[in-house]
Amino acid sequence: MATYDFLFNALGLREWCNAHAGEKITGLAALLKKTKGESNAWHETPFPSLNALNDACGAIPRSGDFTRMLETGFLNIRGGLKLVLDPLTQPLSWMLDGALTLFGAIPWFILVPLLLIAALLVSRSVQIVIFMIISFAILLFVDHFEMTVETLSIISVCTVICVVVGLPIGIAMSKSDRVQNAIIPVLDMLQTLPTFVYLIPLIFLFSITEPKLYGIAIILYAIVPVVRLTNLGIRLVDRDVKEAADAFGMSDMQKLLGVEIPLALPNIMAGVNQTIMMSLAMVVIASLVSAPGLGERVLQGINNNELGVGFIAGFGIVLIAIILDRVTKAALSRVNAAHH
Amino acid sequence: MSDAKIKVSIKNLYKIFGTDPQSYLEAVKQGLSKTDLKEKHNHVLGLKDINVDMREGEITVIMGLSGSGKSTLIRHLNRLIEPTDGQILVDGEDVLAYNDDKLRKLRQSRMSMVFQKFALLPHRTVLDNAGMAPRVRGEQKATIDQEARKWLDRVGLKGFENSYPHQLSGGMQQRVGLARALTSNAPIMLMDEAFSALDPLIRTSMQDLLLELQTDLHKTIIFITHDLDEALKLADHLVILKDGYVVQQGEPQHILLNPNDPYIEDFVADINRARVLRVGSIMTDADHATNEPDGVVQTRDTLESVIALAGGDTNKAYRVEEDGKTVGHLEMRDLVRALVRPHAPVDGVRAS
Repeated sequence: MATYDFLFNALGLREWCNAHAGEKITGLAALLKKTKGESNAWHETPFPSLNALNDACGAIPRSGDFTRMLETGFLNIRGGLKLVLDPLTQPLSWMLDGALTLFGAIPWFILVPLLLIAALLVSRSVQIVIFMIISFAILLFVDHFEMTVETLSIISVCTVICVVVGLPIGIAMSKSDRVQNAIIPVLDMLQTLPTFVYLIPLIFLFSITEPKLYGIAIILYAIVPVVRLTNLGIRLVDRDVKEAADAFGMSDMQKLLGVEIPLALPNIMAGVNQTIMMSLAMVVIASLVSAPGLGERVLQGINNNELGVGFIAGFGIVLIAIILDRVTKAALSRVNAAHH
Repeated sequence: MSDAKIKVSIKNLYKIFGTDPQSYLEAVKQGLSKTDLKEKHNHVLGLKDINVDMREGEITVIMGLSGSGKSTLIRHLNRLIEPTDGQILVDGEDVLAYNDDKLRKLRQSRMSMVFQKFALLPHRTVLDNAGMAPRVRGEQKATIDQEARKWLDRVGLKGFENSYPHQLSGGMQQRVGLARALTSNAPIMLMDEAFSALDPLIRTSMQDLLLELQTDLHKTIIFITHDLDEALKLADHLVILKDGYVVQQGEPQHILLNPNDPYIEDFVADINRARVLRVGSIMTDADHATNEPDGVVQTRDTLESVIALAGGDTNKAYRVEEDGKTVGHLEMRDLVRALVRPHAPVDGVRAS
């Protein structure tokens, strides 16, 4: 006797239940119950879930059937989705491969000075450059520089795409409340969804050997701050200044490029800084789906219980994080200084 | 007072704020009050049946307390705010019929604006800020800079071209704002409480600067203020707004002597009449002269200066001249009588 037998009996569905009953799968919980003997104590009344209803009537699917249904459904539309998404995302694979090959091909004694000069130009801070020299020396010394470069290549490609895609989305949101209301839930979802969870559909869609798989994962995760802060920054531009722009007859484009983006730049830069930091966080997790770089070593450390390997790679990631953060923050404070 | 041509004209202008202003327009025209509209229909009556003509080369001052709709009104002229009903004519053309392109052209080259909070671009230099209008029009950088330099020089900011706005004091920032409006070379200048955010002394010097510029430039200036002293100092034509409608408009001296509403009497009561009233407003005809004149005064002279001239003697009388011709006669006794202010009405604003 199952708890909800009365329901189907009362509705006169007993015959339909029996006729359509599939193969009865006995779950572990049911087996346990059987060994303990039938008990109908009131406090053990189960919630009328799919499994509980299935106990009473074989025609009702179990929860396991439901998840399998979802999977089959996804597999059915997979071909169609792939047809659309594959060519759309293929350039991402090329860019990631290209960046990895390009930066990998430059010898260290050229690449390190290039990176130092770039950092000096962006940050105008000698302290940061000295810190970079020490960090790169350590990484080169323990033979982790190659992986560091791989990680940096992936981050730079993903950050550029995040900015190129995120900036227009943020601008569109700032111009229309309707667009903003439509996009904010998507951003909320991308930010709150556990990172592993949205690797799942990606693994189904793309082959695990393709770079775009981890590229998409990183971009989806890291694009949120640049979109949010572009929107916020433009909305926070002084109303009086916007009104003056209108009063002197600026077109929408003149206003956007000449007033709104320059005045929103501190916020936009803060968004870019966050985007870089988040793509660094994600590039480690993306090693699960074959992203190369320092993350791979961390994963190896976890999988093989190799403390030293994981620790050194983790330390390298911390160094990159500090460098990227300080360089972008220094650029940000320069922009701020120009405004006030 | 003058027969200059009408440059800007506002006709039967109505503005109702809310979700569906059109449907209450007819009721407002029939006399639905501001309070009823707010309480029963949750719409705000911004402006009600405004009719003002602004003449070429004159300063029209629109005065009112906060909430009287004066800032709303000035923003209708360049359509930063769209009216609910009515007409706005600039050079006889209906601005409301303009498409976006024509409207931008109007704002770029026919109407400039000065703002209460300056509204300068913080990331551009003073020179770039001053050259905003021609830059928007897409002119050559060299000519823009030359023009901007000229006007910065004129408002007393020579040497500050490469500073940024935040490096300047409030008064100097507003000079940049003024230079920006002048560089646009627009014949019409809208000034929205342009001097209200400044210290009293700096405000006075900015008013003097504006009047001095105006003697050369003869722009059509529409000036918003909540300060009666400022209004009386600048206005050729004064419009007094209250709760979104025009209480009285006309020549400022005339309004001062003949206030037609307790609200205006209230305003006028606090004024230093000797400093504001001018000889021309209170003089009698030249042939009414009973005493032999003790001297000559000009119609534009303030009563204060005449008192100083007479040394406080109320028995004196003066011949009044304008442009070298005798136009009237002034008895000091009449002058003193004109200084007695009407009492603040018991049912006026301050009674409540």
